[in-house]
Amino acid sequence: MTCSLSSQASSWRRWLISFSAVVKRYPGGQEGLKGVSFAIGAGEFAFIAGHSGAGKSTLLKLIPAIERPSSGAVLVNGQNVGALKRAALPYLRRNLGLVFQDQKLLYDRSVHANVMLPLAFSELGGREAERRARAALEKVGLLAREKANPIQLSGGEQQRLAIARAVVNRPSVLIADEPTANLDAASAAAILDIFADFNKVGVTVLVATHDEALIGRFARRVLRLAGGRLVE
Amino acid sequence: MRTWLRQHRQAIAAALGKLAAQKSAAVLNALVIGIALSLPAGGYALLAGLRSITLGAALEPQLSVFLRADTKRPEADALGARLKSDPRLGEVRFVSREQALKEVQATEGLAEVVAALGRNPLPDAFVLRPKVPDSAALEALAAEVRTMPAVAHVQVDSAWARRLGALAAIARLAIALLAALLAFGLVAITFNTIRLQILTQRAEIEISKLIGATDAFIRRPFFYLGALQGLAGGLVALAILGASLAALNVGVAELASSYGSTFRLVFLEPGDALAVVLFSAALGWFGAFLSVSKYLLEIEPK
Repeated sequence: MTCSLSSQASSWRRWLISFSAVVKRYPGGQEGLKGVSFAIGAGEFAFIAGHSGAGKSTLLKLIPAIERPSSGAVLVNGQNVGALKRAALPYLRRNLGLVFQDQKLLYDRSVHANVMLPLAFSELGGREAERRARAALEKVGLLAREKANPIQLSGGEQQRLAIARAVVNRPSVLIADEPTANLDAASAAAILDIFADFNKVGVTVLVATHDEALIGRFARRVLRLAGGRLVE
Repeated sequence: MRTWLRQHRQAIAAALGKLAAQKSAAVLNALVIGIALSLPAGGYALLAGLRSITLGAALEPQLSVFLRADTKRPEADALGARLKSDPRLGEVRFVSREQALKEVQATEGLAEVVAALGRNPLPDAFVLRPKVPDSAALEALAAEVRTMPAVAHVQVDSAWARRLGALAAIARLAIALLAALLAFGLVAITFNTIRLQILTQRAEIEISKLIGATDAFIRRPFFYLGALQGLAGGLVALAILGASLAALNVGVAELASSYGSTFRLVFLEPGDALAVVLFSAALGWFGAFLSVSKYLLEIEPK
């Protein structure tokens, strides 16, 4: 039995992201995830699908350790993130590009300043940081609007700005939680195309969405959640 | 190292930016801190001025033994020899009437009075310093010396100087207590300012944590903000002190000149002035540290 567990654990470690019997119980006893296990390989593109309350956001929050699992293990690059100390979290998160449904932009500064934010605490010097920021903005088609305030951007543009900020540090994993929730179909498809482009150059992409039509348009792996359990 | 220095430069720039963005609040805070700090700093400057006046006064207990005006020098010498042989005395110093006159003439405001007298009214005297500065023993010694031949008057000196010294010590303690109280106030002001800043920047802090900023990176601008606020308050305190002393010195100069003195209240020594500014900056930093420790850790991404 011990040997079997041990071999299972070492097999999980070969994956970039792996969940092993993960349970997330909130104060009050409500369970967000009920024994979820799966693995994502480096360079994979996967959707986390499911209705509202299925546990998609909870699952994604466990990867950058915004939430910690109640039991089970979440491994990122072989590192059990649930056991990481508080001081180690920034270094984990720098390797993950996070995109949120509500974008989490700073509306009191420019598009350019928003993209520069993750570079402020990177090792990059001013010139290289500047080059990276412009490259990220160019990639999402916002270079011409770098001086604008995010409030002046459309919903789709704001989401693209959030993606630019997520990728500017060149993370190995891009995690997006309902990035197209408030967008029309064309903007949503454009956002997904950007994710697909990053995936083509080797970035692992994990997108949570409830939009079945969008999932249908992109023939990718789908991890479907229902009531906190992985159903397919 | 280069990254670390760059991040510190950015933190200072961010702190200056925040001060510039809230000019009126920053100026008001600096004024409040400056006024609070100027009180103990002013008290310190005042005490330093008084100290320069009382510096010449003997604080060690001593006896002044004044001889009768008709005492001849051989008599005085005999008395001196007798006093020197007393084992209770550590020092016996003869002050001739001529020497005493010179000392009085050298005292501010008294030269004209002495000149007006036309003759030397002062007697020869001995200044005695006991080996053990015990007040009871000193009184007993004084009583004994009073019975000696040629002695006209014995005065136990330094009592007033000791009282003045004790008063000055009380004043110093009061200033220290005031400084401690106001320092606490300064820390509270900075604590609250930084708390408001943290609440204002809650979204930015949360986002920064999400994208990989360390606690140190997030804390740094707040520390600089607190220290800069304290620094500005310290400079304002020095400005208030300088202006107040200049205004007071107009009246002090007039009063002092009526005593034939050139006494003026003086500004703090450069080292003391620097200490006020650095102390104020350190208190600002400490206030920021307390605030950041309490509120920053409470903000976690959701």
